[in-house]
Amino acid sequence: MLELKDICFTREDKKILDHIDLKIDDKKYIVITGPNGGGKSTLAKIIMGIEKPDSGKILLNGEDITSLDISQRANLGISFAFQQPVRFKGITVYDLLCMSVGRKLKQPEACHFLSAVGLCPNEYLKREVNNSLSGGELKRIEIATVIARQASVVIFDEPEAGIDLWSFNNLIEVFEKLYEKINSSIVIISHQERILNIADELILIANGKIKESGTREEILPKLLNNTRSCRFLKEE
Amino acid sequence: MEQKELNKIERFILKKVSDIEDVPEGAFNIRENGKKLMRKNTKNIKIETKLDKPGIDIYIQENTKGEKVYIPVILTADGMTDVVYNDFYVGKNADVTIIAGCGIHNSSCNTSEHDGIHTFYLEENAKVKYIEKHYGQGEGSGEKILNPETIIHLKSGATLEMETVQIEGVDSTKRITKGYLEDNANLIISEKIMTHDKQVAITDFLVELNGENSSTKVTSRSVAKDRSQQEFRSNIIGNTNCFGHVECDAIIMDQACVKAIPEIIANNIDARLIHEAAIGKIAGDQVTKLMTFGLTEKQAEKEIINGFLK
Ligand SMILES: Nc1ncnc2c1ncn2[C@@H]1O[C@H](COP(=O)(O)OP(=O)(O)OP(=O)(O)O)[C@@H](O)[C@H]1O
Ligand SMILES: [Mg+2]
Repeated sequence: MLELKDICFTREDKKILDHIDLKIDDKKYIVITGPNGGGKSTLAKIIMGIEKPDSGKILLNGEDITSLDISQRANLGISFAFQQPVRFKGITVYDLLCMSVGRKLKQPEACHFLSAVGLCPNEYLKREVNNSLSGGELKRIEIATVIARQASVVIFDEPEAGIDLWSFNNLIEVFEKLYEKINSSIVIISHQERILNIADELILIANGKIKESGTREEILPKLLNNTRSCRFLKEE
Repeated sequence: MEQKELNKIERFILKKVSDIEDVPEGAFNIRENGKKLMRKNTKNIKIETKLDKPGIDIYIQENTKGEKVYIPVILTADGMTDVVYNDFYVGKNADVTIIAGCGIHNSSCNTSEHDGIHTFYLEENAKVKYIEKHYGQGEGSGEKILNPETIIHLKSGATLEMETVQIEGVDSTKRITKGYLEDNANLIISEKIMTHDKQVAITDFLVELNGENSSTKVTSRSVAKDRSQQEFRSNIIGNTNCFGHVECDAIIMDQACVKAIPEIIANNIDARLIHEAAIGKIAGDQVTKLMTFGLTEKQAEKEIINGFLK
């Protein structure tokens, strides 16, 4: 179980995260949504240890991990797919997959992870993760490396961004399979109704605060109503 | 041909600079401490000792296909300056790989130096892949200096692809590479350098694109650590309808210093010349990404550099 207690994060006089309390139970499929600039990515970075909160605590299975760095948290089972994946000169897709799981993968294993995100392994394994990859290709590779880690808390930041509609359906299947197969909590940051539709729990973040949280059945109707009448965008 | 057993240090250095464990297949000439150690010719490739100065002439016959030539140099005697001139004559339509390299083992406190001047004459449509590695080792305080000079003459349609790598142990290096290209000739150079401690590495490229439709691509990737210093100079001169591209990409760490001095000169309206140079520290988001895989910061940096220089 992952717990955030009273997390605050202020930069340049802006309260980016404002007293966030959050519990993520094991084997839950949680979707965080909300307007641009609301603080979703920042929250994910704080869970991964990329940003340090000004105050508040982060607990993983009861253990305080607030002072642990990124790699320590990774080794405890937290994994994070970036909204904007990073490119590397000279590092191949295969190299990156091996680094993500922490050992030399056999060719078929590596291929399996790429097929899962709809990339033809033969074409991509030897490709460098550099500027030559398209945005969508890079995004899928990012997702593949994170799935390969089989972590216990997996966070995807807008996995659908840049992925075409056809592949998007397959991607949803990937998440569903991931959810069935491993005992992870999956946290997806998304604006896509299709992804909200498969969540156990939904969290709405705006202006650095949790505005709504609860089961999909509770929250989704409110969200859709609000969005259609644009009410939550006007709030405050 | 002459045979001799190689000792442990010789074998190790040979492996480092030419990736061979023992006496290679194909034509070769192994030079140690200024003298010929071993040599072998093949039907198509003849190696002859120069009479007027130290070094060898390598003759590769027309239409020789797929053969390899090894010419490693080993320096194990300290306090020695070895200057050598190697000339390669590559016949029409030949397609060969030439593997040169110099390894210095210096465990004394005297300076060891090797200056290799390699000149290539490629006839029409000849194709050469030239691989060159430099490596220094030894516990002593003696400096290990390597100053290679490569001069490349490409007749029409000839192609030379040069890969040069210097990863470890060379205290000071000044490398000069010059290319003269005729019609449709193509010169591809890729250089990889890593310096550390107080090492100094200077590289200097001059390419003259004299023939119609000639082209060159020079790529340099380097990593400068500690207090090491690197200087990259390049000058591409386009005298006709031609294409030239230079790319210099350096990662700087610690208190190192990297200097890139590009020059491109177009003497013809149809010359297209591009120079790209970038110097910067390791990108923070790259380190962060690898740390999310559980690597420590140091491990992440190492992987990024290994990939960059691969
Ligand atoms: N280091 C920082 N310094 C200043 N402002 C920051 C910093 N990091 C984030 N912000 C600001 O905090 C706000 C929240 O950013 P964040 O990336 O978390 O939003 P988001 O909810 O993920 O938005 P989106 O849906 O557009 O991805 C934004 O207004 C952003 O500009
Ligand atoms: Mg975001």
